[in-house]
Amino acid sequence: MAGDLQRREPQDFAERQARNRRVSAGIVLLFIFFFLAVGLSVDYLYLDAFTPSGPPFAIATVVSLILATGITLTSYYQGSELILRSLGAEGLDLQLPEHRELHNVVTEMALASGCPMPKIYVIFDPAPNAFATGRDEQNASVCVTTGLLTLLNREETQGVIAHELAHVRNDDILLMTLVSILLGGIALLSDWAQRSFNVSRSRQGAGGKSALLVIPALLLILFSPLISRLLAMAVSRQREYLADATGVEFTRNPLGLAKALGKIRDAAMPFQLASRGTAHLFFVNPLRRSVDDREGRLADLLSTHPPIARRIMLLYQMAGLPGGLKG
Amino acid sequence: MKWIVLALIVLAVLWVIWAYNLLVSLRNRIQNGWKQIDVQLKRRHDLIPNLVEAVKGYMKYEQDTLQKVIDARSKAVSSSGVKATAEAENLLTQSLGRIFALMENYPELKANENVLRLQEELTTTENQIAFARQYYNDLVMQFNIRQEIFPASLIAQFFNFKPGEFFSVPETEKTAPRVDLSLPR
Repeated sequence: MAGDLQRREPQDFAERQARNRRVSAGIVLLFIFFFLAVGLSVDYLYLDAFTPSGPPFAIATVVSLILATGITLTSYYQGSELILRSLGAEGLDLQLPEHRELHNVVTEMALASGCPMPKIYVIFDPAPNAFATGRDEQNASVCVTTGLLTLLNREETQGVIAHELAHVRNDDILLMTLVSILLGGIALLSDWAQRSFNVSRSRQGAGGKSALLVIPALLLILFSPLISRLLAMAVSRQREYLADATGVEFTRNPLGLAKALGKIRDAAMPFQLASRGTAHLFFVNPLRRSVDDREGRLADLLSTHPPIARRIMLLYQMAGLPGGLKG
Repeated sequence: MKWIVLALIVLAVLWVIWAYNLLVSLRNRIQNGWKQIDVQLKRRHDLIPNLVEAVKGYMKYEQDTLQKVIDARSKAVSSSGVKATAEAENLLTQSLGRIFALMENYPELKANENVLRLQEELTTTENQIAFARQYYNDLVMQFNIRQEIFPASLIAQFFNFKPGEFFSVPETEKTAPRVDLSLPR
């Protein structure tokens, strides 16, 4: 399994970045196409556009396209700020020894990875976790919780930060930020479609439309959250393994990250602020569910994060140690 | 036939430009990487007298070791060139490591906020030197490999590129784990 993972992943930074950009573009296209489809069906089914008696142009289609473009642009340029603000992240206070140490560790890892220095944020929360966001290397942010800082020592923090900077270096952050915001966008859309469905029903009374045409729109409304979930999951699992490996390339110390993962798992505390839209950004899944600790096809499909035990085991293998299976 | 030859010539020229630019950009990145190391080395030179000053009062019986650090520092400050600098700095790293080890014997030092702060600063500087060196050496390796592989080697020879110099690491340090001087939590 580990072997397949390695073979399937591109080895080179440039290749990984190119692939991530391709997937990002694909997701944006899919997102806009999705909005277009929903706008068109709302127009056709409820507003009677494309008929002489309907409105002069396809209002819902135009509105949804504008909305889609707006959301895409916002998530590209402002996505990281939105995410950081929604999670209550704050800048560092360099007077505090712990924050100074974090700043130092990030500087070290930025040097090791060859990235420019990212912005650093903390979230005042006891749940140990971390994430990176931004649109490229020059506009990257790394954020950790205060719980992580108190739980981990220097070596372990270094492992976690290396993992996050690996996401930056591999250009995962753009993709993950886009998914976060677009995920919220699709949730917004399904609310909106539902509302317009209710309104048109009360206006026209029952049986105004052919049931055959209502069904696809309903499906769209019903399945949009599911589609967005699947999207986020497809994005994450492989990338976490890859970021672990890339982080080790930076620190040359697999055990630091392995120990950090062990400590975080033992602390086992859900992170209240994280939502379904942001869960895939994090170092370990903030919304702990039992499916995350399992392996196999179903778990791969339903979880945003690989099982921690497996990540630890792979790291011990990198260090040339057999242990980690128990832990 | 004429066109094919012409196309081949154009392709060859484009390839030469591409290979040359790649070598130049690598050389610039190496120079930049060396500057990164240099900044950290200077910072370490500035921090060491402060640390020695702060611990001198406590470590009365270690004046010899402290003096050795001061000497190693002044030697490192005056050295120039990649190879000589690397040697002098490695000596400094070793003598600094000895001080940190000796500091474990003085519990009062761990209660002194100023010393703790200096210790964290020196720790991160040490790590930054190590990581900057690691990045620098990786770049130098890439650069040198590019110069040796045929046919890029022809370009390197023609434009007189010289192989980059590694910032060498002593054998003992290669196997040793990275320094972690922070207090256990």
